[in-house]
Amino acid sequence: MNLTLKVWRQKNKEDKGGLVTYPVTGISEHASFLEMLDVLNEQLITQGIEPVAFDHDCREGICGMCSLYINGEAHGPDRKVTTCQLHMRMFKDGETVHIEPFRSKAFPVLKDLVVDRGSFDRIQQAGGFISVNTSGNTQDANALPIPKPMADKAMDAATCIGCGACVATCKNSSAMLFVAAKVSQYSYLPQGQVERKERVLNMVDQMDQEGFGNCTNTGACEVECPKGISLEFIARMNKEYLNASTSSEK
Amino acid sequence: MSNGFSNSSVGRKVLMALSGFFLITFLTLHFVINFLSVFSADLFNMASHFMGTNWIIQFLMQPVLMFGTLFHLGMGINLELKNKAARPIKYAMNKANENSSWISRNMLITGIMILLFLGLHFYDFWIPEIQDKFVDGIWDNPTKYFPHLVHKFEDPIRVIIYCVSFVFLALHLLHGFQSAFQSAGFNHTKYTPLIKKLGYLFAIVVPLGFIFIAVFHHLCSH
Amino acid sequence: MSKLDSKTPEGPIKDKWTKHKNDINLVNPANKRHIDIIVVGTGLAGGAAAASLAEMGYKVKAFAYQDSPRRAHSIAAQGGINAAKNYQNDGDSTYRLFYDTVKGGDYRAREANVYRLAEVSTNIIDQCVAQGVPFAREYGGLLDNRSFGGVLVSRTFYAKGQTGQQLLLGAYSAMNRQIGKGKITMYNRHEMMDIVKVDGKARGIIARNMITGEIEKHSAHAVVIASGGYGNVFFLSTNAMGSNASAAWKIHKKGAYFANPCYTQIHPTCVPRAGDFQSKLTLMSESLRNDGRIWVPKNMDDVMAIREGRKKPTDLGEDERDYYLERRYPAFGNLVPRDVASRAAKERCDAGYGVNATGEAVYLDFKSAINRYGNEKAHVLGLHNPGDAKILELGEGVIEEKYGNLFQMYEKIIDENPYKTPMMIYPAVHYTMGGIWCDYNLMTTIPGCYAAGEANFSDHGANRLGASALMQGLADGYFVLPYTIGDYLADDIRTGPIPTDSPEFNAAAKEVTDQLEKLINIKGTKSVDHFHKRLGEVMWNKVGMSRNAKGLIEAMDEIKQIREEFWKDVCVPGGMNELNPELEKATRVADFLELGELFAKDALAREESCGGHFREESVELDGEQKGEAKRNDKDFAYVAAWEYKGDPREAVMHKEELEFNDIELKQRSYK
Repeated sequence: MNLTLKVWRQKNKEDKGGLVTYPVTGISEHASFLEMLDVLNEQLITQGIEPVAFDHDCREGICGMCSLYINGEAHGPDRKVTTCQLHMRMFKDGETVHIEPFRSKAFPVLKDLVVDRGSFDRIQQAGGFISVNTSGNTQDANALPIPKPMADKAMDAATCIGCGACVATCKNSSAMLFVAAKVSQYSYLPQGQVERKERVLNMVDQMDQEGFGNCTNTGACEVECPKGISLEFIARMNKEYLNASTSSEK
Repeated sequence: MSNGFSNSSVGRKVLMALSGFFLITFLTLHFVINFLSVFSADLFNMASHFMGTNWIIQFLMQPVLMFGTLFHLGMGINLELKNKAARPIKYAMNKANENSSWISRNMLITGIMILLFLGLHFYDFWIPEIQDKFVDGIWDNPTKYFPHLVHKFEDPIRVIIYCVSFVFLALHLLHGFQSAFQSAGFNHTKYTPLIKKLGYLFAIVVPLGFIFIAVFHHLCSH
Repeated sequence: MSKLDSKTPEGPIKDKWTKHKNDINLVNPANKRHIDIIVVGTGLAGGAAAASLAEMGYKVKAFAYQDSPRRAHSIAAQGGINAAKNYQNDGDSTYRLFYDTVKGGDYRAREANVYRLAEVSTNIIDQCVAQGVPFAREYGGLLDNRSFGGVLVSRTFYAKGQTGQQLLLGAYSAMNRQIGKGKITMYNRHEMMDIVKVDGKARGIIARNMITGEIEKHSAHAVVIASGGYGNVFFLSTNAMGSNASAAWKIHKKGAYFANPCYTQIHPTCVPRAGDFQSKLTLMSESLRNDGRIWVPKNMDDVMAIREGRKKPTDLGEDERDYYLERRYPAFGNLVPRDVASRAAKERCDAGYGVNATGEAVYLDFKSAINRYGNEKAHVLGLHNPGDAKILELGEGVIEEKYGNLFQMYEKIIDENPYKTPMMIYPAVHYTMGGIWCDYNLMTTIPGCYAAGEANFSDHGANRLGASALMQGLADGYFVLPYTIGDYLADDIRTGPIPTDSPEFNAAAKEVTDQLEKLINIKGTKSVDHFHKRLGEVMWNKVGMSRNAKGLIEAMDEIKQIREEFWKDVCVPGGMNELNPELEKATRVADFLELGELFAKDALAREESCGGHFREESVELDGEQKGEAKRNDKDFAYVAAWEYKGDPREAVMHKEELEFNDIELKQRSYK
């Protein structure tokens, strides 16, 4: 198939950037979206044009590195997939495809389609952990039974891959789904209880400092999340935050 | 914690939800009293008279309501400005309808429409009431309420404006009702679907009821 | 050969590690604050090491080429992690895990290391649970286990199909805690370009800031290389696009021996290649072989009809199908180890029976499992005459519960419904058992330079069992390196900070800059990928699963040829001082083009069939095992550690003889 691509090109962080149109030809419908970009880049290199920079790594939907806004949707038109799992059969021959970077004040563009998601790391550093040192003598793993429904819930929350599609798609650039996933994971587990209050306060505080917007419950993040993280976790985080804020022991 | 609850994003949305709940409660009360007017002028007069002359309601609840409304509005605008600033460069192409409803994304627009309506509504009812009570000094007039109401709905233009405003109210409530529960931290596998249904019911029945009241009195006056 | 001392402690195997920990030097907490350690790579091994070392008080600098430590490719491991917990009371023990791992590795691993791995495996599970890793649980709230790849006990812990992700996020969270405290300085989007040696010791690295292109000098008292494997030398593999061998190869060129480069694992259940545009291969968990039956058509006519779309696989009757694994290995059937299953698939496809357009695919069929589960479920529900449609529905439900996410992933990629039509699979390069040679302390032949995780060669011998890579990465990072590195650093407490303005640092930085300039200035006509694909083709065809001396000699020459062309004709657009993915790829492929040749040379020297590779000259000639791989313990029970001599083909082999005192060497049989 042949396509017309409108790709965001931006030399570096300071550059203003803009959309540039490229035709791309001879794409197999079985190719993934990123393989289509590989073909584009091969074609650009032979024409002496600098190839388009985009983030990608595992190409099997788990590392969370790929981050494209395709035809007005985070990770493109398919559901519950990352950009690397999006296949060209989702597009029509001759179609015009818009490719933009994830946009948020907290995700500055570094070049072309590559953004800096360091804000996510800093939120995790503020409290996304359980303070336990490595040692050869932590208690036996089975000394702490965890009801299966709780363990399963924790797992559902923990599947977040940190890609940032929630932020990219939210009309407010809110990172609530991302933060809520981590806060919820630990809130379900007995190991997470000790730092429960401090964690949610610190992580939300860091989230606010990074310049993300607020949640207005449009639910777009849940729809576009490649891992289907539920909006339920945001409510849970709100409750955690409320409890922690009103508690006398912090 | 450097920020404090009311300065944090989560804290603010909880406050937004709480003020929303408060306004929903007020709306319910307002609706019930107004609906009395359809059945009986006396009942309506009685209820209105109580609301208009009770000291607790007048000097405690009324300021609280004013504050609640202004707070809901101010916070809404404040958050919207912050949210806009969180994405300085917009997408060239954005298909927001693929993943969210227009209503949920445009609470500010429906909210501002409701605010404009409130202006008219105050001009129609609240200002004359203040005029009566505090300028003209007629504190106690238990039969004035029903005639005043009917008089206001004689004008078809006003009725149309009211009806359109109630549609905006419905849109605002369609998202706002269930959203307030989510913001306040309530999301339950069993009860949340129920709350959503209740929210839709409320968002449709109450504004429709208001429309009915307006149209009813308009038709009765002719 | 004097240099190759494995430093394995004396004494009975079960006491070695404990005794060693008691004997080695420690660094006083006050002194740890003045000691810097560089960790390259933040996967399970690197992330765990960085976090643990920082907790102990060392000053850690961690480097990752990704934008966050959380994206290291350990994240893609699906199946699980082994540990000898014996929670299922099925007779598991440290010794059994040790035994299975040595046997699974075809007796080419160092006994003492494997025993230590088995010994600390239980600590890993305890540690991860304490960190909040949400392992799968039973209804009683205790941890669940599954069985895996050809062993007799259930010892694999898992978190849905995302065990690697959850373990990595555990290590990442431990790192985050230390980054937040300032104990780890994290360098994201930084690539190690070279190691710096001062007075023969590893004293730092040269790194490139991938955003600005700046060449940075970082000093430390010790350097840990945990940069993963080199599977991408094949171009197509299940590795991430950025996975590379450069850190390992650079230290090899500076004096670290490279051990057993030819030991690669080819995983039997991957989604087959669809065309030339293919950039990587996707693994489908090995667990699928528990319920799927592997087959190709018996008749060539049917093969052709299927390829041309005239027939569907479901049109073929049972007697028209060749369930070749069940035919050849009646005892283990579809559950033979990875190496055997991969080779058998290649054998059928080479004979022309491949079922897709590229001729490189076999069927993995769930029809009979769906029927079996459907009947069972109907029985449980008390349905007496359920009818075929109901059985199908119930059976598909059970399969969905077990493998739903994998089936969905397959459908997204191939656009066929695997519930209705058999899946297509083909082997793909998945893991490299070979790597940097290291001693019992994980120190390479460069003093002060350590290798951990897939980057080292230590624990898997010639073949890796399922669910043991995660175990090794975390064991190295959490429980081995933090102890052994202190033994070396105890001598460094008076050294003080290492200056980066020394001639050694300046020379290394200049060398890196020169190489980058050279690449940019070639301004040739072909893209980096062009050369990488050609290298991959040679590797797969001549140095892959099945190889012979003639092919290997040809491969060495062809790789050399491609390398020379690369340095004349590669086109690297863009500049040095900017984010330049093509330049990054070019430096990595330049290293693969050297490593590939050493790989072939090692394969040529190993004149035996062993683990994942079939040496065509070394087969069983008669008896029950006729035609199967023949290992040669008399001549090849050694680790081949190669010393760099200016050119990959000039590398000199040093042998570490493997002694097996606690396990008897046996030929593996799955008949």
